[in-house]
Amino acid sequence: MAKIIVVTSGKGGVGKTTTSAAIGTGLAMQGHRTIIIDFDVGLRNLDLIMGCERRVVYDFVNVINGEATLSQATIKDKRTDNLYILAASQTRDKDALTQEGVQKVLDELSEDYDFIICDSPAGIEKGAQMALYFADEAIVVTNPEVSSVRDSDRILGILQSKSQRAEQGKEPIKEHLLITRYNPSRVNDGEMLSVSDVEDILAIALLGVIPESEAVLKASNQGAPVILDGQTNAGQAYSDAVDRLLGNEVAHRFLSVQKKGFFKRLLGATA
Amino acid sequence: MSIFDYFRTKKTGNTAAAAKERLQIIVAHERGQRKQPDYMPRMQEEILDVIRKYVKVDQKDVSVQLDDSNNCSVLELNITLPD
Repeated sequence: MAKIIVVTSGKGGVGKTTTSAAIGTGLAMQGHRTIIIDFDVGLRNLDLIMGCERRVVYDFVNVINGEATLSQATIKDKRTDNLYILAASQTRDKDALTQEGVQKVLDELSEDYDFIICDSPAGIEKGAQMALYFADEAIVVTNPEVSSVRDSDRILGILQSKSQRAEQGKEPIKEHLLITRYNPSRVNDGEMLSVSDVEDILAIALLGVIPESEAVLKASNQGAPVILDGQTNAGQAYSDAVDRLLGNEVAHRFLSVQKKGFFKRLLGATA
Repeated sequence: MSIFDYFRTKKTGNTAAAAKERLQIIVAHERGQRKQPDYMPRMQEEILDVIRKYVKVDQKDVSVQLDDSNNCSVLELNITLPD
């Protein structure tokens, strides 16, 4: 039985797809058979972030409609063993994802995989609700910024009332907070909500804090999940988050301002 | 930050504290509404209409609240009557 993890946020542009790609890759790197599913019907993007956009032949909706089998539609990642991708459809039909269809696909995948990562679309509409409906755990991606925190709280409400676990009165979805684009120096200056501020407001367990990093854009430019670059802060922070997701206790890093050398400070170079 | 920044004076207040305070208020308010059944806003409207037949009251003078504690639900209706 696979564990189904939804990566969600409510607000767009906070790093859901980046996180899905990084966490999925991290789990596979640790030897767990993992598949990442793009639920953003009409706005497929996970394939670009994973660097497999030219290998998409069939997609999620094709499988639901019986136009392709799962083994035809799943794309094996070229860089990481144990890692597979299922692309979103580019159809403009909003009702392409049905609950029965999604359930059938997830049931079938459950037998083959250890982890199923559901990359949710933004918003709280049908697509987002479908992505979280069958989840066992949720990673709520939040930027330290008012609208993102508020939207995360809305999504938490939906996880607690509109998921299958909620409707069937089962054990609730395990919620994890992942703060992205964190800038310790701005927090120090009182310009950005701190980790503890966001924790206070949302009151869920902290999975990780990903520092604002140039490496994230570089990684997406190249179509390689940022976690593959173990030299970068963001990559290391994602690795730590994967370890915590697997139940290991790892201390949080990159929460305070890192001292720059004299020359870097003088020349204004950013790390 | 470059060398020139050191000559600039920093005059921004603690805006993060303001953000936190605003968020705490709005999130608490929205969580309260989340627990309400969907029919509450309409019921509130209708109750208000009935009251208006007899007394002149404003929307803001009426508060309807549903409290759920254990196995006891209390519907509280608070009307501020005009003098």
